[in-house]
Amino acid sequence: MASANAVLSPHVDAILPRTRPPLPDFTAELPPFEAAPGRERLIQFREALREAMSEEMRRDKRVFLLGEEVAQYNGAYKISQGMLDEFGPKRIIDSPISENGFAGLAVGAAMYGLKPIIEFMSWSFSLVAADQILNNVPKMLYMSGGQWGCPVVFRGNDGAGGQLGSTHSWCVEGLYSNVPGVKIVIPSNPYDAKGLLKTAIRDYDPVFFLESERMLGDKAHVPEEEYYIPFGQAHLRREGGDCTLVSFGRPVNFCLEADAALRKDGIECDVLDMRTIRPLDIDSIIRSVRKTGRLVVVDQCWPFASVASEVITQVVERAFDWLDHQPLRVNTEDVPTPYAKNLEAEYLPNPAKIAAAVRRSLGR
Amino acid sequence: MTTMAKDMHGAGAMKDQGPGKAQPAGTPASDLLPDQTLVKWLRDMLLIREFEMRCAQSYQQAKIGGFCHLYTGQEAVAVGTIASVEHDDPIVTAYRDHGHALARGMSPAACMAEMYGKVTGCAKGKGGSMHMFDRPNWLFGGHGIVGAQTPLGTGLAFAARYEWEVLGASVDGGPAKKKVSLAYLGDGALNQGALHEAMNLAGLYSIPVIYIVENNGYSMGTAIDRGTTMAHDLRKKADAYGIRGEIIDGFDVVSLYDHFKPVVDWCRAEQRPAFIDLKTYRYLGHSMSDPQKYRTKDEVEAFKGKDSIDALASRLMSADSPRAKKRGGPILDEAALQALQAEVREEVRRAVDEAEAAPTPDAAELYTDVFLNPQPNLSPSGDYTHGSRNPLL
Repeated sequence: MASANAVLSPHVDAILPRTRPPLPDFTAELPPFEAAPGRERLIQFREALREAMSEEMRRDKRVFLLGEEVAQYNGAYKISQGMLDEFGPKRIIDSPISENGFAGLAVGAAMYGLKPIIEFMSWSFSLVAADQILNNVPKMLYMSGGQWGCPVVFRGNDGAGGQLGSTHSWCVEGLYSNVPGVKIVIPSNPYDAKGLLKTAIRDYDPVFFLESERMLGDKAHVPEEEYYIPFGQAHLRREGGDCTLVSFGRPVNFCLEADAALRKDGIECDVLDMRTIRPLDIDSIIRSVRKTGRLVVVDQCWPFASVASEVITQVVERAFDWLDHQPLRVNTEDVPTPYAKNLEAEYLPNPAKIAAAVRRSLGR
Repeated sequence: MTTMAKDMHGAGAMKDQGPGKAQPAGTPASDLLPDQTLVKWLRDMLLIREFEMRCAQSYQQAKIGGFCHLYTGQEAVAVGTIASVEHDDPIVTAYRDHGHALARGMSPAACMAEMYGKVTGCAKGKGGSMHMFDRPNWLFGGHGIVGAQTPLGTGLAFAARYEWEVLGASVDGGPAKKKVSLAYLGDGALNQGALHEAMNLAGLYSIPVIYIVENNGYSMGTAIDRGTTMAHDLRKKADAYGIRGEIIDGFDVVSLYDHFKPVVDWCRAEQRPAFIDLKTYRYLGHSMSDPQKYRTKDEVEAFKGKDSIDALASRLMSADSPRAKKRGGPILDEAALQALQAEVREEVRRAVDEAEAAPTPDAAELYTDVFLNPQPNLSPSGDYTHGSRNPLL
């Protein structure tokens, strides 16, 4: 696995404020992902996010949270509940519905030396801020010839919710990962949500952090202690020799379900939770494909020019001779997101579609 | 003259600016300035004009690529407004940005080298004409998308306010102080959503940003009243956001300073935003490729008649001005003016020579300055690394 402890630019002190905290030490071992029965600390995904932000805000006064309904309403999805009370209205800031304006405000504030966390109630709404987040955020360091970075964390709900219809159900990872200059993080569970968000806030580069409304109530063990999950290191959630299942974000959970079902028939998969899309831990994918000879990528975006397409392309480029079957992908269906409950279910990836793809790959 | 030019810059609008007009209280601010400051302004304006003239030449020789928007005619705006703020007040502007860079103190050599796409340029040749960035001089760019820089200017002032209000110190750990930011825009940006969202946030949060509309009457080839409502009184737009609005004549740099400096002082003290409709005019096309069929030669000549450089030069060479009377003679004579012009010509000539001689960026710089913390596997096509140090840092 590639080292996550970066070699920083010798010019970084001329670019970033001297009061910034250092990058986390990624050589430290992560606390166990699961705890012994009875020893778990079970909290919701939304609480894990809140803990990550609060811990970093206590550490660094430059960090502030700005977004729609984050303060007085306590968060549209209660992620920031109680944070206004602790940090006050100068650091937990309600914004009007004005994504392009406040995303651009964050760009200026970050260039100046602050560390904004910008909450998009939904990444669907980030589209009206596209010029700021795609044109300014990722390019500032480059077009200023290395004079200013833009270390903002943009975070919010990504992916289809519950029957939210065509315009509210965006998965932006396919679209946004096309643009160089941002890191894209997409956790699948509360443990990762906390450790990855803390890393995102401490990072020196802009980060798009993709959550899912459907997972905010999910409960899992989250250690008490502080920990930072490095970017670009996939988590092998299940080990098996028959097929490599690659996913990120919410569909990782569908892969685990599919794998559990397949195991009853004696089919065992490597299930890789990528955790971050940029950087992409292609090395772990290749290692697994060399073992299994088969690859199914599960992606909650549309199929055309998607992250799944990219993963498959990179595998074909680097491990073609190791493949025993052509790589397969399970994406959402290539139509606008429908409203009707049955149609929406049909549209999304699910364990049955994933299991079918694995069987097809194995010819079983 | 077209209807637009009469309405915006002729007898009507300029003489009757209504109740919001910035009135210098008591002594004009410029009276407190030493003679040498006024001479420096003249030199800066001459430098910008000479610089743009040489840019046009180099562009025609295809030594400068891309788009190239020249500042000729608007010199008083950058010089007069930048003279009104502190050196560490952050500023941000649009793509017609060479004038701001030079007025802020960027060396003509770094500015010209950037135009030439050379490694000695202010952005190491990665930015170009529209992206003049100068960290030591608190110039946060040069931005290409119309209006997109206005939320940035708002964020800069937000951060400056956050320093003294929340951090109690500067982001570098030094003492915090009350600052303002300047966010320049052209009149073509008046109808971009980004500006209106930014102004709403500035009014709402009380952010000390000053939006300076460099109103040259045309968004590319569209006269302002063909694209903008209430063009005869843009202060109404500021009213809607609870922001102080002013109309200021941008042709005479001394008068501009006298009217603008009190607004800056007020914004700094009150930590409130302002919006300035600053009347100016560009002598050349929108960009180098503009045939200018939307306006008459007569209109352009009429504005050249009130040229800001001529106006300041004659003010400094007059024997009848209060300053001249006080010191017993004009501040500048013909010989001194010519010496100044020669000095500026030489400085720009050197900048061009240096830009021509400088090396192009190394191909290895393609993959640098993308991330401050580059990690493996960020891209399938190459590994990002750290590049050469920016020449301005």
